[in-house]
Amino acid sequence: MSNKIKSLDELRKIKQSVKEGTELREKGQEIDKMIEVKVSMATCGIASGAREVMAEMIEEAKRRGLNNVVFTQSGCMGFCHSEPTIMIVRPGEEPVLYGNVKGTERIKEIFDHVIEKGEMVDGMIPTSYRTSHE
Amino acid sequence: MAVKMHILVCGGTGCISSQSDRLAEALKEALAKRGLAEEVKVVLSGCFGFCEQGPIVKVAPDNTFYVKVTPEDADEIVAEHILKGRKVTRLLYKDPKTAHEVSDSKHMDFYKKQMRIALRNCGFIDPENVNEYIARDGYEALGKVLTSMKPQDVIAEVKKSGLRGRGGGGFPTGLKWEIASRFSADQKYVICNADEGDPGAFMDRSILEGDPHSVIEAMAICGYAIGATKGMVYIRAEYPLAVKRLQKAIEDAREVGLLGKDILGSGFDFDVELRYGAGAFVCGEETALIQSLEGNRGEPVSKPPFPAERGFYGKPSNVNNVETFACVPPIILKGADWFASIGTEKSKGTKVFALAGKVNNVGLVEVPMGITLREVIYDIGGGIRDGRKFKAVQTGGPSGGCLTEKHLDTPIDFDNLLEAGSMMGSGGMIVMDEDNCMVSVAKFYLEFTVEESCGKCTPCRVGNRRMLEMLDKICQGKATRDDLNRLRELALIIKDTSLCGLGQTAPNPVLSTLDNFFDEYLAHVEEKRCPAGKCKDLVRYVIDPEKCKGCTLCAKVCPADAISGKVREPHVIDQDKCVKCGACYTACKFGAISRS
Repeated sequence: MSNKIKSLDELRKIKQSVKEGTELREKGQEIDKMIEVKVSMATCGIASGAREVMAEMIEEAKRRGLNNVVFTQSGCMGFCHSEPTIMIVRPGEEPVLYGNVKGTERIKEIFDHVIEKGEMVDGMIPTSYRTSHE
Repeated sequence: MAVKMHILVCGGTGCISSQSDRLAEALKEALAKRGLAEEVKVVLSGCFGFCEQGPIVKVAPDNTFYVKVTPEDADEIVAEHILKGRKVTRLLYKDPKTAHEVSDSKHMDFYKKQMRIALRNCGFIDPENVNEYIARDGYEALGKVLTSMKPQDVIAEVKKSGLRGRGGGGFPTGLKWEIASRFSADQKYVICNADEGDPGAFMDRSILEGDPHSVIEAMAICGYAIGATKGMVYIRAEYPLAVKRLQKAIEDAREVGLLGKDILGSGFDFDVELRYGAGAFVCGEETALIQSLEGNRGEPVSKPPFPAERGFYGKPSNVNNVETFACVPPIILKGADWFASIGTEKSKGTKVFALAGKVNNVGLVEVPMGITLREVIYDIGGGIRDGRKFKAVQTGGPSGGCLTEKHLDTPIDFDNLLEAGSMMGSGGMIVMDEDNCMVSVAKFYLEFTVEESCGKCTPCRVGNRRMLEMLDKICQGKATRDDLNRLRELALIIKDTSLCGLGQTAPNPVLSTLDNFFDEYLAHVEEKRCPAGKCKDLVRYVIDPEKCKGCTLCAKVCPADAISGKVREPHVIDQDKCVKCGACYTACKFGAISRS
């Protein structure tokens, strides 16, 4: 960036273009108010393509202009039969788990209904356990 | 692939001295090795404030907070956490109260009660990247000021915010700007006081290292408000990293036209220069600072005329401290009312404290004014180390004083601290437990001021030295009640008659310990006893023959061969040979050695 910033408008334009650089950190600070999508990154998850799914979902959120979604990773969630598995936590709501999240159509479905509208779709993994932290 | 995580590595002086720069490189290598370099960004950020536990690594967006991370840990973090989503438990912070690991910074008591205005970008952005500052509303306040506010509006806004000088004096910043704006001259100056001198205080350094642009932006805003086109930063050369980052920030700002001629097309010119100080405490006093800036000896001159009228090279100058400047851009952007809604009636906003001493969580904390000492020490600081009992807290550095248990619930602000016999100062906060001897504490600070006195006026040059001699006498058990009276009398005279702030405040540690811990002074003087067992000349170590098993351990650790005795028979300490190091006291497994 060697061009001089000549006005406040130009400064704001630059701000918009560089915002992405620190966006992940901003979201981290506000994580309690975000829709958090946790991707299970155990060996079985990675083998089933969890890393690619996570990257695809990040891109999809960006395409849809969703600023209130944040993606994090977790260790093994224990649902090796349905990898890749994701857990969606909407602020103030119970977490919901989905298995076999793979392929453009499935990702689109989850975005259309679960993330954007808070509805449920098929393929939910029922959980009834509690962890020692709760 | 999309970037999914940021790894923030603390790049403050503290963490870099424990190799955090090498750690950042090791993380990058480990990421590259696993083909993750494109998905994860490593950022060397400013200080997180949790210096004692450094090097700090924070992962975004999940806020995982790793402490005491070494370059050798890099591979494990990448292989476990970054690749497989499993946090490295052994590197997580352990809560001293529950002894449990804390998964992320949102759940750490250290951060829960903090409110970060001056430190808003420290530990968040890469300080060497102007774009990251811009992304966090950087230079937007300057833009707002230049395009939509008149200089007097800016001054009115700062006045209304209630911001007071963070360097120690607590003078209203807006008023200072207003006075400086009244004098006209062909050249005026904005001076940033980055000569942070209080022992133990390092907030200014952390701001300059972690968010240098915030200070530059605020100086430009001040320049516009008072009609100055030149800014000078007086920074101590002992802060090489702060100097480097500030220098880079100035160059970057010039390159994109945020410093220089016709900033943002407004017709306003402003530029900033650095001047190095040699690290003299007195140069934190604004007139001495200006003398030093001009290349003269760093000695204060009498006021008036104030720098606002005749300062640097005789021109109207406005001097503010680093932390004060760092508060200005948010005030302009969010408004004076927002800032004034934080804090107490006469002290608005937040204050950064360097929390140190016998607390569990040592570090840099920013809290709203009006918080109590108890909250800072017990909630943020995690309580007293090793379960000991709280005795006192020293605030305000060598110019401040000691507060005791009865002040724990006093809301902290400029006026309350003064009333309690201490002061805000630049924000040093040293916590002491029952093992600290208060006479020695007063002596420590006085040694510092005696060393740092510039020697220009007699009360400070000679008076403080005489006071120090009296304290020495007390610690050696040679003083009398008369000495205590003379000590107080001399302290008050020095306070009244010294030329500048250094001398006027130097007796404070003595006076406040005399007021709050007179019984300890009395014990030294009348009983020739140091209750905390710190004053070597007054301590006696004695072996209780009943409890001594004759294990010979004490004789082995004694460096002065002062302990004699046969195996399985009680040992004896030769008081003439004893150097009072306390090695035997610590070594004895049977509690047979007593200290009195």
